[in-house]
Amino acid sequence: MTDNTKTLETVREWTLGLPGKISAGPRWVRVLLLVVGLAFCVYLPFLDVLPFAYIRTDLGEGGSDWASTLFTITLYMIIAAGLNVVIGWAGLLDLGYVGFYAVGAYSLALFGSPNSPVTQAIAAQFGLPTGWAMAFAACVPLALCLALISGVALGTPTLRLRGDYLAIVTMGFGEIIRIVMRNSSWTNGASGITKVPEPPAPDKDFFSTMLPERWYWLALAVLVLVIWLLRRLENSRVGRSWLAIREDEDAAAVMGVNGFKFKLWAFAIGAALGAIAGLLFATKQASVEPNLFQLNLSFLFVAMVVIGGSGNIWGALFGAFLITYLPERFREFEAWRPLAFGLALVVIMVLRPQGLFPNRRRARELEDRKHEAEEAAADA
Amino acid sequence: MDFSNLIEGLGGYTIDGLTKGSIYALVALGYTLVYGVLRLINFAHGEVFMVGAWTVLGVYTALGADSGVGVPLAIGITLLAGLVAATATAGTALVIERVAYKPLRDKNAPRLIVLITAIGCSMVLMELFGHAFKVWFPGAQFGRAAVNIPTIIPTQEAFSIGGVGVSNIDLIVIVAGVAMMIVLDQFVNKSRLGRGVRAVAQDPDTASLMGVNKDRIIVLVFVIGGVAAGLAALLHTLKYDFAKFDMGFLIGMKAFTAAVLGGIGNLRGALVGGLLLGICEVYSSAVISSNWEDVTAFVILVVVLMFRPTGILGESLGKARA
Repeated sequence: MTDNTKTLETVREWTLGLPGKISAGPRWVRVLLLVVGLAFCVYLPFLDVLPFAYIRTDLGEGGSDWASTLFTITLYMIIAAGLNVVIGWAGLLDLGYVGFYAVGAYSLALFGSPNSPVTQAIAAQFGLPTGWAMAFAACVPLALCLALISGVALGTPTLRLRGDYLAIVTMGFGEIIRIVMRNSSWTNGASGITKVPEPPAPDKDFFSTMLPERWYWLALAVLVLVIWLLRRLENSRVGRSWLAIREDEDAAAVMGVNGFKFKLWAFAIGAALGAIAGLLFATKQASVEPNLFQLNLSFLFVAMVVIGGSGNIWGALFGAFLITYLPERFREFEAWRPLAFGLALVVIMVLRPQGLFPNRRRARELEDRKHEAEEAAADA
Repeated sequence: MDFSNLIEGLGGYTIDGLTKGSIYALVALGYTLVYGVLRLINFAHGEVFMVGAWTVLGVYTALGADSGVGVPLAIGITLLAGLVAATATAGTALVIERVAYKPLRDKNAPRLIVLITAIGCSMVLMELFGHAFKVWFPGAQFGRAAVNIPTIIPTQEAFSIGGVGVSNIDLIVIVAGVAMMIVLDQFVNKSRLGRGVRAVAQDPDTASLMGVNKDRIIVLVFVIGGVAAGLAALLHTLKYDFAKFDMGFLIGMKAFTAAVLGGIGNLRGALVGGLLLGICEVYSSAVISSNWEDVTAFVILVVVLMFRPTGILGESLGKARA
């Protein structure tokens, strides 16, 4: 081993050991780091100190607005966190995640916008004044409910299927949702719905398109909440059951874990998080149309989780960051983006099936399987 | 809902459905064979089909063929295009297997990871035709838009049954599709290599003890699937005359549905499922509207998987496999 690789090895060990060292450290260190980290995230849109400002996406000609990019990154991080529950923790490959994203976006648009056929029909039915629409705050629980219902409705028949069948069926579901939105009159068909409401704010211009950093902070707040909830969930009874099911469903069943029930939970929770992200997207966008929810997005979402390292929430977040940030920063290569994704998916999965920052347990599982294969080859 | 429309044109719709179905059946064959042997959904198979369509277009362009050529020459060009397309698709399928599947199989990775590399492969193939080739070969017609393929065999009525006209194209597609399925079925059931395929499908370890080269069989399976996809692409261009970078996705999905419908891993199932799906689709678009045609396939897929996941004919390439 040369000196060079030795140094690399030491650096790698030190970095990988860092989270452990921090969590072993005194409480005030952890709290301080958390506060500093959050403050930095909040400050990010204004980052203007030179060597660091190179990460901004709006330096060059025609670059995209930095705060809006941050919003998109945060939005996709929420999605990655949600999909990580389904793929990473419960081990179910869901290729129709964009369907739930669309359900969230559309439920806000359908019930919250005065322009949607649904609110107009309700208003006409109950003699409400024209221009009536449900309040944003009322649409949020409604969107969550609809997402949970669609998650359970999709999950109940399909979760008994083998893993790869499940992938195809969920993909079909994502397409069906889009085609229904495109072809139905109650969703305004292909032209979509405008005037999606804004979140409640102290004054009318609080959330305006001129101030994208406020949208970013909103998304950031949601993301922090989601991460906090999911971290609690991971170490709960439910999280442990998911782990058991993923590693060996039969063994888990013998131990009294109801596989179907917990898979359905994973599906429903993933659906709800996808809907929250869709809702944020719709309100920032101010209008929705079926073409915004193409199936490619589903693959993008899966790529984020898998490249980052499925099973590790931080890995998934990092994957979301990479996949959203890099194409925005290097916009001149935008047209090459899908090709690069495809290549990255193949190369990373072949070389590192566990992803860039895998969950430690998950990596060990894969290592185990590899040894089994080698032993079997040696026996043969 | 408009059943009178369907009943009036029943014969024509049925012929249309059978034509579509034969193409689905040929593509479904690739899914079924690979699944039967490797228990793996070759997600990139639809894109293999797309490569075939572009190859046909390439051959036509290289030979300068268009609708004006005479009948004998048109037949010759079509056969040549089929040959080249089948070679190209078989090659593509083989490259995918070597690059994306074999390394993971050696690591004994979970099947879901293989599915993800397959998605990666299909994205790469789509983008090659949809973007990269356009940049690399500025003169050629690659790109996001659909490219028209010249119809070198002009459509005309071949004969009619009970007042229902059958065009020569429909006839060629249906007969060629069904004939190829029969040949492949005989190959797998009767030939020595086919016995190898069935043996590996039944029990890979025992098959290798009996002297079957498992690796070679896997290569063979991908090649057969690729050839079938290439021929399907040729038939598709005869009937629908276009090539598009993302055409493989929907056809792949539907062919997969057909394979599951007939019983995945079952060659005859692929034929039955393909024809049935083609007919269902055309009927449903006649009854409801063509906007909903794609939903039909997905709904059928979900319903079949829910109530009879083994499909109509049951799923077994090697019969003993439970």
